Amino acid sequence: MSLRDVTVEVGGHMALSNVTFDVEPGTLMGVVGPNGAGKSTLFNAIAGLLPVRQGKVTLHGAGQGTGALAYVPQRESVNWRLPVTVMDVVLMGRCCRRGWYRRPGKRDREIVNACLGRVGLWDYRSALMTELSGGQRQRVFVGRALAQEASVLLLDEAFSGVDVAAQEVLVGVLQTLRDEGRIVLLATHDLTNLTGRFDQVLCLNRHVCACGPPNQVFTSEVMEQLYGGHGVRLTMDGDR
Amino acid sequence: MVRALIGAILVGVMCPLVGAYAVTRNLAFIGDALAHAVLPGMVLGFIVGINPAIVAVPTGVCVAVLVRTVSRRAGLSSDTAIGILFATMFALGLVMLSTSKTITVDIEDLLLGQILAITPTGIYVSLGITVMVVLGLFAFHHWLVFTSFDPLGAQVVGKRASVADYAFLVMLALVIVTGIQAAGIVLVMAMLVIPAATAYLLVRRFVSIMMTAAALGTAAAVTGLYLSYYFNLPAGPAMTLVASGVFVLVVSFKRRAPV
Repeated sequence: MSLRDVTVEVGGHMALSNVTFDVEPGTLMGVVGPNGAGKSTLFNAIAGLLPVRQGKVTLHGAGQGTGALAYVPQRESVNWRLPVTVMDVVLMGRCCRRGWYRRPGKRDREIVNACLGRVGLWDYRSALMTELSGGQRQRVFVGRALAQEASVLLLDEAFSGVDVAAQEVLVGVLQTLRDEGRIVLLATHDLTNLTGRFDQVLCLNRHVCACGPPNQVFTSEVMEQLYGGHGVRLTMDGDR
Repeated sequence: MVRALIGAILVGVMCPLVGAYAVTRNLAFIGDALAHAVLPGMVLGFIVGINPAIVAVPTGVCVAVLVRTVSRRAGLSSDTAIGILFATMFALGLVMLSTSKTITVDIEDLLLGQILAITPTGIYVSLGITVMVVLGLFAFHHWLVFTSFDPLGAQVVGKRASVADYAFLVMLALVIVTGIQAAGIVLVMAMLVIPAATAYLLVRRFVSIMMTAAALGTAAAVTGLYLSYYFNLPAGPAMTLVASGVFVLVVSFKRRAPV
């Protein structure tokens, strides 16, 4: 996947400016930055939900809207009032893999059952989504992406409202997907434990401040670009 | 009376099936707005001398699409855009109704429904629309559930999500126009929303909600019709009061955990 000079405007304001980076297959990338840095805008542009004013998004081997890309939205974007079960949600991943009028067939059920097992939620298959914890809900969405046979996964604020133990379980599942050659991008505010979790980190504040291995990107200059004076203090605390 | 009974059953099945989506997608208000906004289409149908549904359904779909356009272009909330369009279209319908010299239909019949006066053609149209809606819901079910639950995720997966959304608006308009005949403009919202809201309290899963809502809607429509017949009440309000009574009874004993 590659982005070249991608510029996106939202409501007449520049939300992203000249964003350029590449992601190789088999990469788990964290996207970090302050509120309003354009993390969700970046995901929306990659997913084709927002028009790109300038530049190009290339998903090698898969176009937007073909089912090869799966999007896990922020918690607020989901309509939790609709009472669907874990199985129902993972089955949604098979929608794009069959015709309009086809009901889910035996093969669809087999795939969904396997995906539920892989994300460790087989025992919860009949539970309503509202009965699950934040971490479990995120794993259901990952299961849906697996059922969709997506090669690129975008997870927006996946750690929001998820405790540390559940975050580790989620990261474990995502690392398995990475090992199978998938590209996984996860937007997060959480700057702790990035080294153990991600192969690459993209530091974003309307433009790319840095992109690379987590133990190399967080220089004091990058932290200042991301968080201003607060960023410098964070770096100094880290050095101490 | 037999025709009215068949009409009531059709409306009792069709409105809650679509209403289950409207309630869980937070579209109950747009249902009410569409019921008012199709008035100019219905009046035009009467003026031209064709079945009002033929003009009213496209009018309803146009209004539903316009809600999105006005809301985006003016930067207003959907609620405000719905308020503007619903009032404008309803006013237009009333003006058309009062200035037309050829229309014999009474405004009260449109507002409160006149199921006892349903014609054989009206029954065939209702039956046809019910079959279309049921088939449409069956065909689009999985995509509709997907777009209702996670609109962004569905949109990323493919264009079918938008097609399903527009198909839903068409079905909503169809159901409302047909429902107006039984329950009237003011009360069609009741048949759309109340049985679905009652079912939402009674059963857990979405498909079960749809089925239970259809059963409750049919029971309310038939009971309301018989009450109106024996006690000389207007049919639309009688059906609504039966449906509301069941809802009040259920909500007194059952509650659903907040989301």
